[in-house]
Amino acid sequence: MHAIAARLRPLVFPALVLGSLEWYTRTTGQGSDALAPPSQAVLAFGRALLSRGDDSVLQATFFTLGSAGLGLLLGALLGISLGILLGLSRRAAAMGFLSIEVLRPIPSVALIPLAMLVFGFGYRMEISVVAFATFWPMLILTQAAVQQVEPCLLEVSQALGLSPWARTTQIVLPALVPRLFVALRLGVAIALVVAVTVEIAANPSGMGYALMISQQSLAPDLMLAWLFWIGVVGYAINVAALQLQRGVARRMGDLTGGRPP
Amino acid sequence: MTRHRMPRPGRAMAESLLVLAGLLALWWLASHQRWVSQVFLPTPEATTHSLLEGLRDGELAGFALDTVVRMLLGWLLASLAGVALGVLVGASATARAWIAPTLEFVRPLPASAVMPLAISLFGLSAGMVLFVVAFGAMWPVLLATVYGLASVHVRLREVAQALQLSRLAFVLKIGLPNALPDILAGMRLSMTVSLIVAVVGEMIASQSGLGQAILLAARSFRASELFAGIALLGAIGFASNALLALVEKKLLKWQTT
Repeated sequence: MHAIAARLRPLVFPALVLGSLEWYTRTTGQGSDALAPPSQAVLAFGRALLSRGDDSVLQATFFTLGSAGLGLLLGALLGISLGILLGLSRRAAAMGFLSIEVLRPIPSVALIPLAMLVFGFGYRMEISVVAFATFWPMLILTQAAVQQVEPCLLEVSQALGLSPWARTTQIVLPALVPRLFVALRLGVAIALVVAVTVEIAANPSGMGYALMISQQSLAPDLMLAWLFWIGVVGYAINVAALQLQRGVARRMGDLTGGRPP
Repeated sequence: MTRHRMPRPGRAMAESLLVLAGLLALWWLASHQRWVSQVFLPTPEATTHSLLEGLRDGELAGFALDTVVRMLLGWLLASLAGVALGVLVGASATARAWIAPTLEFVRPLPASAVMPLAISLFGLSAGMVLFVVAFGAMWPVLLATVYGLASVHVRLREVAQALQLSRLAFVLKIGLPNALPDILAGMRLSMTVSLIVAVVGEMIASQSGLGQAILLAARSFRASELFAGIALLGAIGFASNALLALVEKKLLKWQTT
């Protein structure tokens, strides 16, 4: 009995919020263009789920997750490779320092107009902005992770006379894996936020655009439904990424759970 | 071991500058040789010209000022609201148990996703953008405050009990100082978020600022003005982050560990 109560406890506060919203929108705030009863939002979401057109939930979700995923893949590949290079060689790190410090503070959303100009609307512009946004944290975290690789391992690789390539692939990369997944988890969160932001600001596809267009067509029930859906998808993906990171950390025998460096 | 040999600072700096100069040269070449169309990639000279011109006639400088004010105001509101709500939730273990899971659910929500809701509530106004900036940037501070209050050492709690400190005194004298490093780190992150959300807000709600300026520049194919705006935004991000890092260092001097 007690265990069930403890499991239900996190749900009480949201239930209270939703309940008072339902009550408000059915009494004082009736017919509002901004808010709708949550029960109607559920119905609107059901309709959107069943529809096959442009406002189809599955299609929009697929677009957002697809471009976030591909952008993260691109940003992570570039960030991890450059991060390993800068982590292994102090000289390279010192050489790249200034350029990185100059480019990194550019807010990723500032590139939305540029991406629009270069790629037009669609997958490519969104992927490029997500890749830029995820590149920097991946680079910094990978570099820090490489610098924390046990020095003995590198000495062993030198004693064995391994080539730089063999040293990277056989010693450094396996030692990095748990920390790389910590960085990837962070990247997943950033990628999703940036993808939705790009859609809200410019790109006419995906969940962000569906949310924006439901506001512009004065459909508060659908808007709330999309807002909630974006929240659910984001939460689920973040939880999955955390599970993945923990699982990898356990497998690699890292008992700290892969804490960030 | 080659990786433990530190290069001399002077030489490292010179090499670092050389790499940056190399990147600039690459940009110059790529734009002059038309490797990339000049519609997308203006020459460095054209960009510098647009930047200086815009700063001199005050148009770009005015936009930059608008964006900076929006960012700072939103950040201040976010910091205040974050600490206040964080104390409300974090000061009691009961409130934490009931409300914290909801916060964990809302946190990954993109701040910009709240903007359509804010638009229908408050209309397309500067106040609306400010609200969304503050809302989006509040989370790092809020969660840092909750975490900092929750992670007070058991010994310190016992001391507070022995001294019969009231809850308010406990928060002010033990809880918040304990949370301060986390809060400051959160405030730095929230400054970054503030700039991002401010720019997005200016793009969507057509509020005067760099966000609107670069969107308009891109729409009318004025690439050099677009690049000048991006460069200014980078400078704002760099300056605010560097300033906060400095403040953080000063404020945390008392920490021994």
